[in-house]
Amino acid sequence: MLQYTVRRLLLSIPVIFGILLVTFVLARSIPGDPCKAILGEKASLEVCERFTIDHGLDKPIPVQFWIYMKEIARGDFGESIRFSRPVTTILIERLPTTIELGSVALTLAILIGIPMGVISAVKRNSMADVITMLLANTGVSMPVYWLGLMLAYAFALLLKDTPFWLPPAGRVSAGVVAIPFHQVYNLVATPESFGYKFLDFFSNMFIFNSIITGDWVVLGDAIKHIILPSVALATIPLAIIARMTRSSMLEVLRQDYIRTARAKGLREWLVILKHAFRNALLPITTIIGLQLGTVFAGAVLTETIFSFAGVGRMLFEAITARDFPIVQGFTVVIAIGYVLVNLLVDLSYGFIDPRIKLD
Amino acid sequence: MESLETNTTSEKQKDYRSNSLFRVTLRSILRQRSAIIGGTILVFLVLVAIFAPLIAPFDPEEVLIGKEDIKKRSDPCIHLFGCPEDQPQHILGTDGNVRDVFSRIVFGTRISLFIGFSTVGFAIIVGTLLGAIGGYIGGWVDNLIMRFMDVLLAFPSLLLAIAIVTVMGRGLQNALLAIAIVSIPRYARVIRGSVLSIKEQEYVSASRALGGGHAHILFRRILPNAIPPLIVQGTLGIANAILEAAALSFLGLGAQPPTPEWGTMLGSERNQVFTAPHLVFFPGLAIMITVLSFNLLGDGLRDAIDPRLKE
Repeated sequence: MLQYTVRRLLLSIPVIFGILLVTFVLARSIPGDPCKAILGEKASLEVCERFTIDHGLDKPIPVQFWIYMKEIARGDFGESIRFSRPVTTILIERLPTTIELGSVALTLAILIGIPMGVISAVKRNSMADVITMLLANTGVSMPVYWLGLMLAYAFALLLKDTPFWLPPAGRVSAGVVAIPFHQVYNLVATPESFGYKFLDFFSNMFIFNSIITGDWVVLGDAIKHIILPSVALATIPLAIIARMTRSSMLEVLRQDYIRTARAKGLREWLVILKHAFRNALLPITTIIGLQLGTVFAGAVLTETIFSFAGVGRMLFEAITARDFPIVQGFTVVIAIGYVLVNLLVDLSYGFIDPRIKLD
Repeated sequence: MESLETNTTSEKQKDYRSNSLFRVTLRSILRQRSAIIGGTILVFLVLVAIFAPLIAPFDPEEVLIGKEDIKKRSDPCIHLFGCPEDQPQHILGTDGNVRDVFSRIVFGTRISLFIGFSTVGFAIIVGTLLGAIGGYIGGWVDNLIMRFMDVLLAFPSLLLAIAIVTVMGRGLQNALLAIAIVSIPRYARVIRGSVLSIKEQEYVSASRALGGGHAHILFRRILPNAIPPLIVQGTLGIANAILEAAALSFLGLGAQPPTPEWGTMLGSERNQVFTAPHLVFFPGLAIMITVLSFNLLGDGLRDAIDPRLKE
């Protein structure tokens, strides 16, 4: 097992190299002159020349890639062309919002999707099954952005002046200030230190920060703002998880060992949870791992609609503005994170189903 | 005489077998409510796509300003439901360029169906081959294929599609290619996972012990049993393809105006959601119904075809 883990980890290196190569090639192949795209069509030749030299765009492509690899190894993703600020700084600013939104959405999807699928499979062809699957099918068929816009219309406009009103945009209301928990508890004194930046990253997750500091006003406001986007973002993963749980459970429930478990007089819920569900987990785990991608892709749309200053929205803006360093940096970090999650999913197969030999 | 009789019998048997297998499958498909509902909607959509010019009262790209006494983004007007007779009838209203929304949605059916079939067909064929070969052969072949898949999977699919379209240039054709490419790993992984688990089963060992060749074992013993999860995944895949194409168009990277593509229609009017919600509502509803029909049909098919789920 340890050997397999180490080997899988080592095998991730070429994948990460592949990711770097793909993002690099893609970003460099984007048509049009980045100088004109950033500085405007009227930028003079001299200005553009200086711009190209300043940003290393005049060197041969392989040299640019080599420089890029060396910088990545140092954790330096370069400077945003549009904002003239380090990509890492922008990423650290933007990531907490997306992590928070994604976690809330994925948690919703798992907590609702799995029970829905299990109930649906156990009560196959019942009214509950039909309704659940109809809901799941509808959920998986909805465009995230459409649902988001409709939710915003319903909750922000139609339900205005009712207790069910929810804000259609932004992470917190204007004027609401969240004091970082490390300031409240005086954890770090120097604002430039690594410890400060590290803690600041977590304090940018509003829900987490306000729970720690006990600031219930900010907590309520932050939760109110995250409901609509996270529901919109959770819909597709939820439906996919529910469907996969159902189909996987149905398959397992037909196995002989389930009949044996029932025949020996086990209580039905024990049969379902201990014998069936555990064996049905493999495809469910796979699909949950894959949903992380759906969540990140959905974040591009959801964050754009709900004006969330997260990674997804920044990425889309950067791609349309041809801000190479941001596209590369963000994509690389997201992709590497995704590789590691899928690695965990692969490794978990052995734990979930001991029949699969990982050697 | 005797041999002739045997031949006839075996032919009859063969004929009977294939016929009954087809009938049994068809019968079990027809027993699935969701398959019937999904199939019916899909047939309806196909008919709408075919007869779009006859159904749509207007040209989908025709700007009606100056031709009719109508304002942009006017509300739906149906004479039958009490809309004044002197107002021109637009059952789903008009959009920001004073075009008939209903006609645009009707023509949009053609585009969405084409997107679904073309991209998923391509991705499933390539993905199944790669995943099955990788899972069955194992070793460095598997590693090479799956690491390449990992590289593609390592990107959120929509993001990679956005990047590919940005490089190749905006437009529907490039969007389709991008979506097809990014969805290959999904099928490859699902098939590989099934193959990995199925090849440990006893009946595969039995087949091997009986002298079955690799191709026989892979294509006759393993793949048929690996297909049910692929049907579920393929169904979701068509949904995904249509949704992602619409998303790309929504973001302005896919079909370009004035093409009557639902995502494009939704995207260009999204800021009007509070003032003219019908311009956002109806294109989205059309996307949802189309995707839903594929999902329902696929669900029903899966229940009908999978022999392990038969009562």
